[in-house]
Amino acid sequence: MKTSQTTYNRRSFLKASLLSGGGMMLSVSWLANAKAADKLQALNLPQQWTQLNGYIQITPDNQIKLICPNPEFGQNVMTSLPMMIAEELDADWKNVVVEMGPHDNAKLGPQFSGGSNSVRMYWKPLREAGAAARQMLCEAAAQTWNVPVGEVTTKAGVLLHASGKSAKYGEMASKAATLPVPKGMKLKAPKDFTIVRNSKKNVEGLKVVTGKPLFGLDYRVDGMLIAMIQHPPAFGMKLKSFDATQALKMPGIRDVFSLKLYEDGFEQGGFDTRSFNDMVVVVGKTTWEVMNARKKLQLDWEPIGDTKDTMMGRGGKQEVVVPGELESTSAQLEKMAAWAKKPAKQLRKDGDPETAFKNAAQVIERTYNAPFLAHNCMEPMNFFAHVTDEKAVVAGPLQAPGWSEPTLSKLLNLPADKIEIQMTRMGGGFGRRAYCQYMYEAALISKRTKAPVKLIYTREDDMTYGIYRPMYTATYRAALDANKNLIAFHVKGGGIPEHPIHANRFPAGAVDNYLAEGWEIPTNITIGAFRAPRSNFNAAAEQSFLDEVAEAMGIDPIELRLELLKRAKDNPVGKNNEYDPDRYAGVLRLVRDKSGWNKPGNETYSRGVAAYFCHNSYAAHVVDMVSRDDQPYVERVFSAMDCGIVVNPDSAKNMVQGAVVDGIGNALYGSLTHKNGAAEQNNFHNYRLIRHNEAPKQIEVYFVDNDLDPTGLGEPPFPPVFGAVANALYKKEGKRFYNQPFQPDIKKRA
Amino acid sequence: MAKYSLKINGKSRLVDVDPSTPVLWVLRDHLDLTGTKYGCGMAQCGACTIHLDGTAVRSCQLPVSAVGNQPLTTIEGLSAKGDHPVQKAWQEHDVAQCGYCQAGQIMSAASLLKVNPNPSDADIDTYMSGNICRCGTYVRIKEAIKSVARK
Repeated sequence: MKTSQTTYNRRSFLKASLLSGGGMMLSVSWLANAKAADKLQALNLPQQWTQLNGYIQITPDNQIKLICPNPEFGQNVMTSLPMMIAEELDADWKNVVVEMGPHDNAKLGPQFSGGSNSVRMYWKPLREAGAAARQMLCEAAAQTWNVPVGEVTTKAGVLLHASGKSAKYGEMASKAATLPVPKGMKLKAPKDFTIVRNSKKNVEGLKVVTGKPLFGLDYRVDGMLIAMIQHPPAFGMKLKSFDATQALKMPGIRDVFSLKLYEDGFEQGGFDTRSFNDMVVVVGKTTWEVMNARKKLQLDWEPIGDTKDTMMGRGGKQEVVVPGELESTSAQLEKMAAWAKKPAKQLRKDGDPETAFKNAAQVIERTYNAPFLAHNCMEPMNFFAHVTDEKAVVAGPLQAPGWSEPTLSKLLNLPADKIEIQMTRMGGGFGRRAYCQYMYEAALISKRTKAPVKLIYTREDDMTYGIYRPMYTATYRAALDANKNLIAFHVKGGGIPEHPIHANRFPAGAVDNYLAEGWEIPTNITIGAFRAPRSNFNAAAEQSFLDEVAEAMGIDPIELRLELLKRAKDNPVGKNNEYDPDRYAGVLRLVRDKSGWNKPGNETYSRGVAAYFCHNSYAAHVVDMVSRDDQPYVERVFSAMDCGIVVNPDSAKNMVQGAVVDGIGNALYGSLTHKNGAAEQNNFHNYRLIRHNEAPKQIEVYFVDNDLDPTGLGEPPFPPVFGAVANALYKKEGKRFYNQPFQPDIKKRA
Repeated sequence: MAKYSLKINGKSRLVDVDPSTPVLWVLRDHLDLTGTKYGCGMAQCGACTIHLDGTAVRSCQLPVSAVGNQPLTTIEGLSAKGDHPVQKAWQEHDVAQCGYCQAGQIMSAASLLKVNPNPSDADIDTYMSGNICRCGTYVRIKEAIKSVARK
């Protein structure tokens, strides 16, 4: 592997600013600091790699290195983001190598993978970086050849002039790097794309299939120790005392000690969620030795009682009371049923829903429930840390280094510029690795141990000390008049500890009388983002409910949605409707066509349909179920997506296929329950994940063809899968399924 | 502690470890062969699949003391340049998302195709169901296995 020796001729950075509405705006700024450049030139560094800006480096022999700003967790950003740079750079993809960037928000932008935002967020800045570099190369050629820059063209990494002159990018790179960085680049029209919209293989594909050390768990340095943590056995418990005598006698063990993650009153940031604050740490030479020594710890725990967390959030500093109760799922369900009857916070109201329901000829009311879910990334949480008095180097799987660095800095009492966070490839994320308490833990352990340390969670640790998808419930009501018209719609949703409602989503805007309400029950069980937060429950409940409403109205479920969307387009009710009715209808029409919905030839299948809009993209699925050994299986799926321009089509298809499988698995089997504060599932023998034999045989993915700026795909295809599965199950089983996961209720039918 | 001479990927490797140590951790912690992954530690997920004398086994449940003279193959030794037909098919079908489980999937698939060069859908389901993919790449894995079978 070539070492990168870079001459910094120019500084570039992305500027991110928060919009008042909570969104994020990005712009590219370029700092052409001639003085700094001259200084570095004078050093006469070897110009193996010439850096044209934060994202692009070129060698004299025409290798082009593109830097991926965002961490990779399987969404394939290490391929799709560089494709966007290469498109405008007009690089030859064959000569491109991709490298994961360092954590450097000033140079590389926000650098977080999550919220289906990577492609959307970087679409403009990365293309501008590519276009600017291309323009600088053209300028360098024009000066060298003494021709007007307007006459220089490029093709696949080669500069050309009508006179017959040509040069590879590498030949002009060092000259280009001395030129001023252009501003206000004109970007290609979609019709001129040659790389974007053309499927490119995963740039790390060969490394993956040959078992190269890509992941955090694979990261090692000489002299590195292994650490494991024993946390309390249940939410609501804390450490009373421990005796490490036996553990310390075990082979390979260096140290056993207890630590607190946050001292009392520590101001936690929005992503500083931690399952437990108390840890007993075992440090030793190898994983197996540490695992065995941990079993020898004598531990005494006690109830923690109500505690207070100090949170620094968008609303400023606030004290949050964390209840001390040792919670059980059965009691949580009873509590939720009781709270669902109480008055709740109104989130949106259009028209006069109370009167409409009073005057209705028919009211349909259904309640849906869903459990906590564990993320179960295949690579358990882990992190490397080497902390000294002067600096900290930490490396591992995390989704958003910039969100965690301020807290790490506070915990270690080191300024941010003394902290280096390296982003390894992640063995799955699904939202879990946006919360990096395991990185903080590793750093504190290294600081205390005065050695490089790798903290490893076992599968049991990972599953029982989670940051879970919340428990949700929602009651939907629909009012029909005597002619079976939908005249009012009401949703009241709640959860532990947050409600799932997106009040401005469909069918808001399509019904004259509409009411959305939410309520929340606090808990000590830690929750966080899980692939399409809240939407992953909403879509399940709402899309099942609409299926039932369509049946009561006597119309086709796709037709009902299309009629409502037409209403939302022609004469929208209320304000702030989040979705574009045309694009929403577009995916429904596409999936109807491609699946042959209501067409002969599909009689062997029990078919269910659902659609949803979230994270800026639109998704619709038709799920076809069959029976094998008297059990329902999803055999075939048709998916239609609208995410604007599809940057890397085959990879995008993979993403949707994966989301479909994930959705089926969680809808049928996913569940994490608690008894007296302790998780009742702790490994894959009692937490069921979907396996080969339960996955569909065929998943056909179709994209709406348009030239709109691209939006993400990590989350949007996931939520409506739950609804489509529920609706297909109804066709198969002849009864409706309201409680996730559905599999236990299917079993009960006999 | 005890000394073991292991035949791994065609080479002889000497380790001094507790006899109960699973081969998974011998590979990862003592021999720097980190391609074999830890996923569950109880033979439920298949991420740690290797070949013991040519047959797929879960290395997290295989104590080093049980290996004896039987040769071990890990993902690093499946081929010299990543050109085993299964590895090639995985790349052609661009199977991986996060990629963490794929070494185990590939080792299982290679073992399946050795005993059953032309597996049916049901054969693949039966053989591969011990390998979990949390990203849900099952459809592509099946396509990749079938493409090798066709060749």
